[in-house]
Amino acid sequence: MKEYAYFPGCSLEKMAVSYHLSALETTKKLGIKLKELEDWNCCGATTYFYIDELLAYTLCARNLAIAEKTGLDIVAPCSACYKNMYFTAAHLKKDVDLAEHVNFALEEDDLHYNGGVNIKHLMEVFAQDVSAEEIKAQVTHPLEGIRVAPYYGCQIVRPQKEKEDVEQPQFFEGILSAIGATPVNYPLKMRCCGGSLIISSRTAALGMVRNLLQCAVDAQATVIATACPMCQVNLECYQQQVNQEFGTNFSFPVLYFTQLIGLAFGIPQKKLGIGKEFISIAPSLLRAGQSND
Amino acid sequence: MTDTLSFSQEISNLLYATEGQPIRTCIQCGTCSGTCPVAGYMDYTPRQMIAMINAGLKEQVLESNTFWYCASCYHCTVRCPQEINITELMYALKRYSIWKGQHKEGLIGPTFSEAFVKMIVRGGRSFEPVLAPSYIFSFNLRGILQEVTNATELLLKGRLPVIPARIKRIESFKRMIGRIIPMGGLE
Repeated sequence: MKEYAYFPGCSLEKMAVSYHLSALETTKKLGIKLKELEDWNCCGATTYFYIDELLAYTLCARNLAIAEKTGLDIVAPCSACYKNMYFTAAHLKKDVDLAEHVNFALEEDDLHYNGGVNIKHLMEVFAQDVSAEEIKAQVTHPLEGIRVAPYYGCQIVRPQKEKEDVEQPQFFEGILSAIGATPVNYPLKMRCCGGSLIISSRTAALGMVRNLLQCAVDAQATVIATACPMCQVNLECYQQQVNQEFGTNFSFPVLYFTQLIGLAFGIPQKKLGIGKEFISIAPSLLRAGQSND
Repeated sequence: MTDTLSFSQEISNLLYATEGQPIRTCIQCGTCSGTCPVAGYMDYTPRQMIAMINAGLKEQVLESNTFWYCASCYHCTVRCPQEINITELMYALKRYSIWKGQHKEGLIGPTFSEAFVKMIVRGGRSFEPVLAPSYIFSFNLRGILQEVTNATELLLKGRLPVIPARIKRIESFKRMIGRIIPMGGLE
């Protein structure tokens, strides 16, 4: 059985609780254990880095040090948490002075980070650590005929880590195909949802969300699948505001990719957090992933 | 030899801590501006911003909304042919502007990010409702109503936290932060 140190991040506690529930349910089916990191703290989103870099690295390093004690790799479902922890670990490995300074602060919490933790996004677990065959083996209700827009967003693939494809990755499409869905050609799949600009620069963010929604409509998708709580909230919960701002009439469902996998695995809707959306899901999708609850 | 650093040297120094090439290597190709999804809302595009820094136009740079409108999507950064980390440059400008206490009037970004960091320092985790006062009064009436509607809907769907989350070892956590930033500045 594969086991990971699971870093849910603040959003998954409430705002994105459906992502949390469906992540746990779907990984369990695949024989993967997500063990929540003990007493984890906020990863800092983007804002720590606006105030102080060293503080930002230290707060991420605290989580890395706690994970290191378990000997497990970290899995983060949120793209921002993932990016922050991944690059903090990379910087600490390269820069011994930075690591020394950060460890000096960690001493106050009886922690020390030696640089031995790998960080993965939850989607990487499905795309790399599990084979498509293993996923297919669990599918009882293939999402046949369901056209899904694979929305990667930003920080799952950017900044670039090594030589991976940052322009036209296909791993999200691969997962969707494995559960019987049809990944559509979604030209804006790598474009930003606006992130925290939804608070700080509302007009700009609503414009970005409008473009993403329109693109999904044009691609004749049934649903947009996301891998980040920020993307889900911006794309789904602010559709009314987009409609007010631009005179549009969007009512487009946006689900977490793990919810789609869960439907295909025949997991009851409630266990996947379905029902907490602002915009209800197309009946065709629920029929495809029919589950008796 | 001059005693004081030029603006462009100051900003470049802030960037040397990160990877990526110095901004003086910019060839002004405009790939960043063409890629940026927010460029249309910025006072100056990312390309212009780099040219302005290199020309030493400090006041105009600090008074612009450009770097506060960066959503940190790194799209420019992965495409820059000179491998300049433009997103990190925007972060550096944010820190510089907070440090100098100088930014364009009416921006939400600076007050919001300070409120966010103070919240984390107090409890170790994010609790969205305490952040609302840092931005809601900057919204117009429609914006306020939109925000209230959304919060109500989230609450009804069980998606809005009502009890502030807090980590267990908060005291040692605060001492840890105290070794980085004097707490007087954040409490």
